[in-house]
Amino acid sequence: MVITFSGVLTGILLTPIVAAVIILLLKDESKEQARIVAALAIGFTLLLALGVFFGYNVDEANAAADAGDTYFAYEDHVKWIESIGVSWHLGVDGISAPMVLLTSLAGFCGVLISWGMEDRTREFLAFFLLLVAGVYGVFLAVDLFVLFFFYELSIFPMYFLIVIWGWAKTREYAAMKLTLYILIGSVVALIGLLVLYFKAGQATGVYSFDFVDLHAAAQAGAFDTPFFSGSDATTARLWFPAIFLGFGVLAGIWPFHNWSPDGHVAAPTAVSMIHAGVLMKMGAFSALRVGVQLLPEGAKAHLPWIVFLALINVVYGALIAFRQRDFKYVIGFSSVSHMGLVSLGFATMNVTGMTGAGLQMFSHGVMTALFFACVGMVYDRAHTRDLPSLGGFVHKVPLVATAFILGGLVSMGMPGLSGFVAEFPVLVGLWKGPGFLPDPGWLTSTFNYYGTIALLAVLGIIITAAYILRVVGQVFFGVYNEERFPHVTPITLYDKIALGLLMFWLVLLGVYPRLMTPMIESGVKPIVSMLGG
Amino acid sequence: MNFSTDVQANGVAILPEILMTVLAVTVLALDAFGPKSRRRELGYLAGIGLLVVAVMVWLIGQWPERELSDQLVLGGMIRHDALAQIFRTMVILAGALSCLISMGVPRLKIRGDYYALLIVAVIGASLMSAAADLIMVFIALETASITLYLLAGYLRDDDRSTEAGLKYFLFGAFTSAILLYGMSLLYGFTGETNLYLLGNWMAINGPPDAPVVLALALIAVGFGFKISAVPFHFWTPDVYEGAPTPITALLSTASKAAGFGLLLRFLMAVFPPPELVNAFDVHDYSQFWVQLIAVLAVVTMSLGNVLALVQQNIKRLLAYSSIAQAGYVLIGVAAISTDRSGDGVAAAAFYLFMYVLTNILAFGVVILFANATGSEQIADFGGLARRSRGLALAMTVALLSLAGIPPAAGFIGKFLLFRAAVDANLVWLALIGVVNVIIGLYYYLVIVKVMYMNPAPDDAAPIPVSAPYRWALWLTAVGVILLGTVAVTPLLDWATDAAHALHVLI
Repeated sequence: MVITFSGVLTGILLTPIVAAVIILLLKDESKEQARIVAALAIGFTLLLALGVFFGYNVDEANAAADAGDTYFAYEDHVKWIESIGVSWHLGVDGISAPMVLLTSLAGFCGVLISWGMEDRTREFLAFFLLLVAGVYGVFLAVDLFVLFFFYELSIFPMYFLIVIWGWAKTREYAAMKLTLYILIGSVVALIGLLVLYFKAGQATGVYSFDFVDLHAAAQAGAFDTPFFSGSDATTARLWFPAIFLGFGVLAGIWPFHNWSPDGHVAAPTAVSMIHAGVLMKMGAFSALRVGVQLLPEGAKAHLPWIVFLALINVVYGALIAFRQRDFKYVIGFSSVSHMGLVSLGFATMNVTGMTGAGLQMFSHGVMTALFFACVGMVYDRAHTRDLPSLGGFVHKVPLVATAFILGGLVSMGMPGLSGFVAEFPVLVGLWKGPGFLPDPGWLTSTFNYYGTIALLAVLGIIITAAYILRVVGQVFFGVYNEERFPHVTPITLYDKIALGLLMFWLVLLGVYPRLMTPMIESGVKPIVSMLGG
Repeated sequence: MNFSTDVQANGVAILPEILMTVLAVTVLALDAFGPKSRRRELGYLAGIGLLVVAVMVWLIGQWPERELSDQLVLGGMIRHDALAQIFRTMVILAGALSCLISMGVPRLKIRGDYYALLIVAVIGASLMSAAADLIMVFIALETASITLYLLAGYLRDDDRSTEAGLKYFLFGAFTSAILLYGMSLLYGFTGETNLYLLGNWMAINGPPDAPVVLALALIAVGFGFKISAVPFHFWTPDVYEGAPTPITALLSTASKAAGFGLLLRFLMAVFPPPELVNAFDVHDYSQFWVQLIAVLAVVTMSLGNVLALVQQNIKRLLAYSSIAQAGYVLIGVAAISTDRSGDGVAAAAFYLFMYVLTNILAFGVVILFANATGSEQIADFGGLARRSRGLALAMTVALLSLAGIPPAAGFIGKFLLFRAAVDANLVWLALIGVVNVIIGLYYYLVIVKVMYMNPAPDDAAPIPVSAPYRWALWLTAVGVILLGTVAVTPLLDWATDAAHALHVLI
C-alpha cells in the first residue's frame, strides 16, 4: 500500500465533524456562535471543494482512462483496519468532484437559510453538520468500506433532523419510513459488497475493500465466474440487482421511491435541500460506483430492464406531481421524476448519456435545493402549503418568485440553463442506445427499444412543464389574499445570498457547460470502456 | 504435549484471579471492621481495584514472550492464551463498571458483601474464559452462577428481585444438571477430562455420531442458558427486569461474554474442525455444531428482536435486545469452522468487547433515570433530552451502537460478523442477520424518538448526575465511539490473536 496524504479531502470530510463537536460543547444560549461556527465550517469546505473542482486535472484523468487505469485526484491513503483490508482511502474522480461541490453548496445554503431556526439550534446544526459529513464521505471514498461507513453514518442524523424539527403532522411516520427504506436497501447492498470482496480475494489473493483493488479484480474477471458451482449464473449477474437497486432505493428508483416524497415534505427546509439535493445523488452515485463500475457484465444483463423502472420514475413521478395540492409534495415528486433521468442516463451505457446523468445529478441537486428553499420561504410566511389558497406572492417576495421560476425553467430543460445541458444528452444517449445489443435479443430486433423509451421519457418533460407552470401560477401570480396573509415580511439577507448562490450555478452551467462536461466525461469514459461501448 | 510446569508461567496464568480474591476478601474485611462512615467508598475500592486488574490482564496479553501463551497450565486446568486474555479483560472490565454504576443505587452502594459477591462472580466468569478441563469448566460456571443467583435476588424486600433470584436459580440449577450429564457422557466416551486431550481422542478414535451429538446437544443446553440463546432464554426478561439494575448489566455483559468465551473454546477444542488436528484420517464432528449454532443464531436473533418490539419496560426491552445480540454473536461462532476460520471468532470477540461497554452504558443511564423518576417505563423517558442532555446523548450512543449505526462500535462489530458469515459460505445467515438489524433499528429508534420528541411529564425536574457518574458515562460513551472508528485496529488485532490461539490444539 502506497501511503499518500494530501489532506485536502480529509479536511473537507473532518471539518464538519469537528465543527459539530465544537457546537455540541457550546453553551445552550450561544445560538449565534453555533450558527457562525457552522457557517464557517461549511464555508471552509466550500472553498476547499471549489479548489478541488477547479484544480482537477482533466488531461491526466483522460490519459489514465485511455491507459485503462483507475484515476483519483487528491488522494489520501493511510492505514485504517489493515487486517481486513480497509484503508482510509479518499480521492475524487470526474464524477465525484462535481458532487462534492454540490454538497458544499447545498450545505452552505442550508445553514444560511436556517439562520432563523430557534428551536434547539445547537443540536440542529450539529446533526446537520454530521449529515453533511456523511454525504461528503460517500462522495470522497475510494475504499468501499469508507463509502459504506459514511452512507450509514448519514442515516441517523437524517432521522433526528426530521423527527425533531420536521413538520409535526407526518414527521414520525416519514422519518421512520425513510430510515427503514434506506437501511434495508443499504444492508442488501452491503451483503453484495461482501460477496464481491471475497470473490475478488479468492481470485487475486488480495482481500481488500479498496475500489482500486476490486476494480483490478473485476478487470481480471473475478466476478464473471459462476457464483454457485454447477450453475451458470455469474457473480456479476446474480448480485448486480442487489447492489444497484439496494443503493437505488436512496436514488428513489421506482418502486422503491415511496419514502422520498414523504421524507422531503416532513423534513425542515435545510434538510429537504440536502436530502433531495444531495442525498438522493449519494444513492445514485453509490449504485454507479459499486454496481456498474465493478460489475459491468451484470450491468449489461440487468440495466436493459432497469431502464424501464427509470422510465416509470420519470413519467409517473411527473404525473403524480401534477396531481398534488401541497406545494412541497409537488417538489417532492418532481425529485422522483428527475432522479429517473439520472438512472436513465446510467442505463444508456454510452458516454453521451452517462455524462448527461452526471450533469443532471449536479443540476438537479442545485435546482431542487433552490426549490425547497423557495417552498420553505413561502411556507414560513403563509403557514400553509395548500396550493389553491396561495397566490400573488410575487408582490411580496419577488426574489423568491424569480428563483422559483428560474428553477422551474431549469426543470423543464430550457436551453441556456443547466437543465438543458443535462437532460438533452441523456435523451440523445438514450436514443443512441448502448454500443452493444442488450438481451433479450427479440426486444431490440422487433422494435427500437431504447428509442421508444427515449420518446416516452420526453413525455415526462412535457408534464414537468405543465406542473411547474401550474404551481408558478397558483403560488406567485393571481390575486394576493391580504386578509389571509396580512403580515408578510421580506426575506432576509442570508436568504438572498443563498438563493443568489444557487441561481448563479444554474445559469453558469447553462451558458458554459464546458466547465463541467469534460470532467464528467473523463470519469465516465473508463466505465463505458469497461462496458465495452 | 504443551503442558507447562514452569512455576512463573503457572502463577501469571491465574494472577488475575488471585488478585481478585484478595480484593474480595479486603472488601469484606473493610466492610466488617472498617469505619462505618467510609463504607460508601467500598464501591470505589471494588470498582477501581477491578479496573486495575483488567488493565493488568491486558498488559500481560501484550507481553512479548509469546511462548507463555497457548500453554496448558496448572495440570491442564487452565489454558493461558490470547482468547483467555481478551475475554478476561472484558468480563473484569464489565465487573468494574458494574461496581461503579452500583454506587448510584441507594440500597446497594454501602453494602460491602454485595461488592464482594460481585467480585466473586467476576472471578467465576474470568475462570470460565480460561478453563480447559471439564472439572474447571464446571467449577467456574458454578462460581459465577451461584453468586449471580444471590445477587439477582439481593434486594430481599423487593418482590420482583426475590422472584428474579429464585427463577434464575431454578433455571440455572436445571440446566447445570443437563450440562453435567452431557459432560459425563463425554468423559465416559474418552476417559479424559481435559478438553484438548478429549477432543484429540475423539478426533482420532471417532466414537459413533449419535451419542456424540447427544452429548453436544446436552452441553449446548447448559451454555445456551448462560448466553440466553433461544429456546433457553425464558428466564432472561423476568430476571433482567427484577434483578438490581447493576446486576442486570453484569448478567447481560460479563456472564454472557464469559459464556461465549467458554463456548468457543469448548467447541473448538472438543469437536475440532479436522484441518486443525495433527493426524491423518480424523473424525469431523464440527459440522454438527456449526449447523446447530447456525440454527440457534437464527431463532435467537429473530425471536429476540421480534419480542423486543412490543416491550414497554426499558429493562425488559434491553433483555430481549440482549437475546438478539447473543444471536448476532452466534453468527460469528457458526462462521468459524472453515479454512480461514480466524474471522468468526475474531468477529465474535470484537463484538462482545464493544457490546460489554455499550450495554453497561445503556444500563448506567437506566439506573440514573430510575433513581430520579422511580420508573422504568419507556414512555416515561419522554423529554429526557430536555431534562438531561448528557444522559439522552449517552443513551443515544448506546442505542445506536446496539442498532449498528456508525460511528458507534456496533456498526463495525456487525460488519465483521456478517463478513465472517459470508466468508464461511453462510450468505443466507448474513441475510437473515441484516433483516434482524432492520427490525432492531426500529425499536432502538423508537426510544431515541421518545427521549427527544415526546414531551416530559408535567412535574419533570432536571435529572442530577453526580460528577464521578458523569465521568464514567462519558468515558464509556467515548470508548464506544473510539472502538467504532480509530481504535478498531488494535482491538481487532487482539481479537484475531485470540482466534488464532484457538487453532493451536494439542
